[in-house]
Amino acid sequence: MYLSTISRPTTEPTEGQPRRRRLIAISANVFALGAVSLVTDISSEMVSAVLPLYLVLGLQLSPMAYGVIDGVYTGATAVLRLVGGYLADRFRGRKVMAGIGYGISAVAKLGLLAAGRSVTGIGLVIAADRMGKGLRTAPRDALITLSTPPEALGRAFGVHRMMDSFGAFLGPLVALGVLAAAGGSYDAVFVTSFCVAVLGVVLLVLFVRDRHDPGPSPVRAVRPREALTLLHTRPVRRLALAACLLGLATIGDGFVFLLLQRREELSIVWFPLLAVGTSLAYLLLAAPMGALADLVGRVRVLIGGYTALVLAYLLLFGPLGGWPMLVLTLGLYGLFYAATDGVLMALAGPVLPERLRTTGIALIQTGQALAYLVSSVLFGAAWQVWGPAVASRIAAAAVVLAIIATVFLLLRPAAEELPA
Amino acid sequence: MTALSTRGRIVIAALATVVLAAGAVGYIRIAAAKEPVPVASSHVTLSPGPRLLVSTGRHLAVIDSGTGVRTVSALECVRVYAAAGTGSCLRPQSPWAYELVVLDADLREQRVIPLPGLPNRTRVSASGRMVAWTTFVGGDSYNSGGFSTRTGILDTRTGALTSTLEGFAVTIDGRPHRAADVNFWGVTFTADDNRFYATLATGGKRYLVEGDLAARTLRTLTENVECPSLSPDGTRIAFKHAVDGDPTKGWRLSVLDLASMRVTPLAEPASVDDQPAWLDDATIAYTLRGSSGDPNVFSVPADGSGAPTLLAADAESPATLSPTPLQDRRNS
Repeated sequence: MYLSTISRPTTEPTEGQPRRRRLIAISANVFALGAVSLVTDISSEMVSAVLPLYLVLGLQLSPMAYGVIDGVYTGATAVLRLVGGYLADRFRGRKVMAGIGYGISAVAKLGLLAAGRSVTGIGLVIAADRMGKGLRTAPRDALITLSTPPEALGRAFGVHRMMDSFGAFLGPLVALGVLAAAGGSYDAVFVTSFCVAVLGVVLLVLFVRDRHDPGPSPVRAVRPREALTLLHTRPVRRLALAACLLGLATIGDGFVFLLLQRREELSIVWFPLLAVGTSLAYLLLAAPMGALADLVGRVRVLIGGYTALVLAYLLLFGPLGGWPMLVLTLGLYGLFYAATDGVLMALAGPVLPERLRTTGIALIQTGQALAYLVSSVLFGAAWQVWGPAVASRIAAAAVVLAIIATVFLLLRPAAEELPA
Repeated sequence: MTALSTRGRIVIAALATVVLAAGAVGYIRIAAAKEPVPVASSHVTLSPGPRLLVSTGRHLAVIDSGTGVRTVSALECVRVYAAAGTGSCLRPQSPWAYELVVLDADLREQRVIPLPGLPNRTRVSASGRMVAWTTFVGGDSYNSGGFSTRTGILDTRTGALTSTLEGFAVTIDGRPHRAADVNFWGVTFTADDNRFYATLATGGKRYLVEGDLAARTLRTLTENVECPSLSPDGTRIAFKHAVDGDPTKGWRLSVLDLASMRVTPLAEPASVDDQPAWLDDATIAYTLRGSSGDPNVFSVPADGSGAPTLLAADAESPATLSPTPLQDRRNS
């Protein structure tokens, strides 16, 4: 069930054509996917913003129960991402898989109402929501790569991530507005979030198009074994390895914000603003960084992003203090996200065979996510043994090592294997 | 399905937007209309007497032990406690921020302290001098998303504010302990207004700690004791005891004898997630939520005998205002 597109995406062969480095190269499909992400992120961040309040004050759950739920929340995605990616490739239904993912998350918002005060129920609903996120992310990114000419991938991901983070930025504000208008009713937040999520699904169904492969060969189903051979290709292996190494050197946001808060003795009332500051920087820089990546090379921008991360880690216990230190650190941290998140996907797109694109993207994202998990545990241990100052410097050194490894893995063979 | 024109799809999208927006706005209006009617202000006092202090419908209220008559104040408090004419109320400052209000016996505000995070526990020392509180702080934990707690103490006589116990020197089983993951909650004061008991969680274990405010030290006494509450005679601690040491299995309300360190489970079979409050040396009150989620205050004998008794429906955060217990009413 395909719906025609509002305009032809620029997926025509680009060889022989002059390289166009204008924004026009971003297809309507990318904007459509961006709009879906924007709307969906408003919906999901609305719930994220009020969930702790709801669970602890509305339902009077203890932190322990919240921790159990939260564990489900984060743990549920990693494996599903791979499954969703594989199924999307197997049945050549990236849009359908993304739609299922968005749909599950939308229904989960109503599930929060239905679960009432049952901790098990809430845990299941939140797991379903994360499941939806796990299912949709890789197909969505695959669709972006498939509707964009290779030389414009950086810009396409930049624009998409900008729209995505704008939604994440609006979500908490909308939630607070609803809470104020509805006399503090959490139910109203969930219902509004559901309505917004449904709108996201409607936009997806109406305006996002899957790619029809022009190839004459009848569709040969992708086999699990074939998916496993993905890592046999050198560029894919190198990219996945680099993504994991970089993930391994990156400590969680929570740590960074906690260190900033401790260092500056920020009132905890201001604590959430650290995340807001970072997403603001991300939001503003995502599109320019994507365009820059197309212009000067994605690996370079990726490395630049991780360099910004090194500086941010060093600033945590550096010579600067006060507001300049806070603003600079959060700015660098947002720059890191802007220069790496979408850019990595832009790097991944061209090296993955089209029929295994979603699986490949899921593989890289999952590898990185698992690496993050390990790094958080390691950083926690380092903090405990040597204290936060030394631990953050070790983290900075680890990122430097990962950057060096990335240079060897990605930059040197760039000419022969990777598109600029 | 390819027949839909661009225009057609835009129209459908616009219609869907309107319908969904109408649905959301409609629900918000219904929810706003359901807002509880403001509570009538009545004269409420915290002066000692045979009465029970609770939070009911998020408002500070006092229940007469003899007649059971409930007087609800206009003061909004999600957690309350009082002793010797000093009250402590954790209340919303805005939809997303809370504050601690120290009250005198006539509910006049003596001091307001902005609180980080979501209110959890509060206690006043028997003399009315010391006030303690615990909040849940989001994002403060290094394993992303986890909750951590922040526990503070105010000396109302000197005005000295200890905003967190995390700077105190901790010894676990006699050995100095320093870790990023320490969390404290549930302070209960001893009679000297300097020493106190609390829960320390670190490395996946929860300990009963004894603190010294002046010396800024904390030492562990035993494991698996949460939300301690010291008996009026200072000999026992009522607490919630994680079943099999695993809080995910729930908590059993129990009493620890400090001299023998023996633990006695109480007659309440349900999992109790609350800091118990002593009504007198023989009786403990606590909040228990029914399956509907509505809180009720129960009491149970402190020696493990008897059975739980409903003390006050639709109420939470109990504290006695009286050294004379509520027993008479329970037994009548």
